Amino acid sequence: MNDETVTTTRPVRVLEPDGRIALGELWSARDLMVLLAWRDLKVRYAQSLLGAGWALGQPLLMMGVFSVFLGVLAKVPAPGGLPYPVFVLSGLVPWVFFANSVTSTGQSVVGSAQLVEKVAFPRLVMPIAAMLAWLPDLGISIALLLGVMAAWGMAPGWGIVALPLFAVLAVCAAVAVGLWVAALNVAYRDVKYAIPFLLQVGMFATPVVYSAELVPDSAQVLYGLNPMAGVVEGFRWALLGTPAPHAGLLAASVAVTGVVMAGGLAYFRRVERWFADVI
Amino acid sequence: MSSDAGARPLAVRVEGIGKRYRAGHTDGLFRYRSLREELSPRRDRRHADAGDADRTMWALRDVSFEIREGERVGIIGRNGAGKSTLLKVLSGITPPTEGRAEIHGRVASLLEVGAGFHPELTGRENIFLAGAVLGMRRPEIARKVDDIVEFAGVPRFIDTPVKRYSSGMYLRLAFSVAAHLEPDVLLVDEVLAVGDAEFQRRCLGRMEEIGSRGRTVVFVSHSMPAVLRLCERVVLLDGGRLVADGPPHEVIRTYLDAGLGTSARREWPDPADAPGDSIARLRSIRILGGDGAVTETVDLTRPFDVEVEYHHMTNDPASRPFVSLHFVDEHGVCLFASADFGDESWWRTPRAPGLVRSRCRIPADLLAEGKVFVRVAIGSLDPVTVHADEHDAVAFQVVDPNDGTGVRGPYANEWPGVVRPRLAWEVGQVGGEVPYQVSN
Repeated sequence: MNDETVTTTRPVRVLEPDGRIALGELWSARDLMVLLAWRDLKVRYAQSLLGAGWALGQPLLMMGVFSVFLGVLAKVPAPGGLPYPVFVLSGLVPWVFFANSVTSTGQSVVGSAQLVEKVAFPRLVMPIAAMLAWLPDLGISIALLLGVMAAWGMAPGWGIVALPLFAVLAVCAAVAVGLWVAALNVAYRDVKYAIPFLLQVGMFATPVVYSAELVPDSAQVLYGLNPMAGVVEGFRWALLGTPAPHAGLLAASVAVTGVVMAGGLAYFRRVERWFADVI
Repeated sequence: MSSDAGARPLAVRVEGIGKRYRAGHTDGLFRYRSLREELSPRRDRRHADAGDADRTMWALRDVSFEIREGERVGIIGRNGAGKSTLLKVLSGITPPTEGRAEIHGRVASLLEVGAGFHPELTGRENIFLAGAVLGMRRPEIARKVDDIVEFAGVPRFIDTPVKRYSSGMYLRLAFSVAAHLEPDVLLVDEVLAVGDAEFQRRCLGRMEEIGSRGRTVVFVSHSMPAVLRLCERVVLLDGGRLVADGPPHEVIRTYLDAGLGTSARREWPDPADAPGDSIARLRSIRILGGDGAVTETVDLTRPFDVEVEYHHMTNDPASRPFVSLHFVDEHGVCLFASADFGDESWWRTPRAPGLVRSRCRIPADLLAEGKVFVRVAIGSLDPVTVHADEHDAVAFQVVDPNDGTGVRGPYANEWPGVVRPRLAWEVGQVGGEVPYQVSN
């Protein structure tokens, strides 16, 4: 047919019952992703007195509370004679990033219901942008940690070159869990109530306020099934020079992150077409 | 279809598209259930599914048509005919349940003015965000930002958060972003129902311009004048099915003749065909604006009249028919009802056979925006009898002038509620101290 030859120069979008949104569209929507992340960031700190100071305040305050109650009063030991505040802050930095990211990511689709109902765009943009918006806070809190370390006369060693790897693992863990939460939240509003509670439990299943050394060797792999266990141990090793994370624990954390991410991506992609109908 | 359209390349092909909704939600893998339902025993769930089957509804069924490049096609039909669902399917917002559609070229859909706008961001920031939401790349937006600002006429406020904009400015800026899209295929929903006449004129003008540059426009509307002005071809949907497809005048005639459209005037010149019985028969019902002329559009800040005429057919002095009106929104919700008992002197007057005119004044600041359908009935008491009862006899569009004089004041975003009464507020400062210092 004559018109087929003319139209081949233009993209053809096919809409059918089991059509998927092409992953390639995610790449063409990268500007949207960055702009949404930037909007989240700007709106979060708009009209707040401290602005980005909140990125410092949250981990700093938690560090103070845990240092007083757990470090001083309960005398929870920090490994290798580390000052407890430095020890706990090095765990809080990745954990706070993870918890904030999962919370925002989980709300990202439901919170943009109007957009979802009225505009077609790759839905994956929303959870990823929600996570991206917490990266500046992560950077600021790492700088804060370095400052607190300096106050105790500590400086990171060569291990710091490995920090980006663990930051990437933290990002992956946050996206992996966030994808599930974001998609499930559209269908089941129960998720909204479960998440704050699960995150609270999660912090105690992660070596934030205590050392992973307290976990018996035989249970390290099991412990590593919590991906943030590997991340926190990695952060401490890279920045504070604590003993390298248990190999089994780290391998388990990486593997679980990969599996949860692959599953979350598959589930999200399977259900994203229905978001506009269900939300 | 114009004669040369067949030779032009294909822009949109729709083949047997159907969309089924189930009990207000969709059908498919992903169903809304609470976790508790999901976890309930299978037996119960099967039972629930069997119940669901009765509640499925085809919003679209077996719709097929083709659109050639550069055509401007209007989609019309009454509420619930499937127009918006069709647009959502073509936009890719929701998948069809059956059938297939192809869109050739870059597509942009405009189902809502201001999608992606955030009140905390400045005008300029919102241009970038809304542009990206509509599918523009950043360099493209950067190139057009000056034109967008100029078209919107808000240069002085472009670095002010849009929450401080008047509703008119907000709408102009939002539309301006959309107007600078350069898609091959533009899908537009009835966004023109918002804003004042000037804004609507601007929107239409811009769409004509886009169409005249060889781009394909698919336009869903209730407004026959807008469809006639903009479109060279019209598709009529009813009950989710395509019932007519052709030149605008012909299809619109079909629509009106079939009684599919509801206008602001309905007349029954021949009493023999009019709704009614041996006591009373309807003659006409009309929506009258402030100037006494029939109007399809009502400004919610101004009063208007609904006028009903009926023939009183009997000379029985005990016969006392009354007129009642139900005002129903597009979701079928009755907003309020009224009857002409309100005129007490008439109610005491002995009746004679002849033409009766009953006029109801709807005050300003009562209705909210949207389409309102009027059901008219004539009845009697003692015994209670219904002589005539006409659902959706007339309809009119309520618009908000958005000039700051309405109940919404300068607030630009969606205003909830089925009515919008103007209420008395009394505000004043009653103390001089801040109870505690807020840190954030």
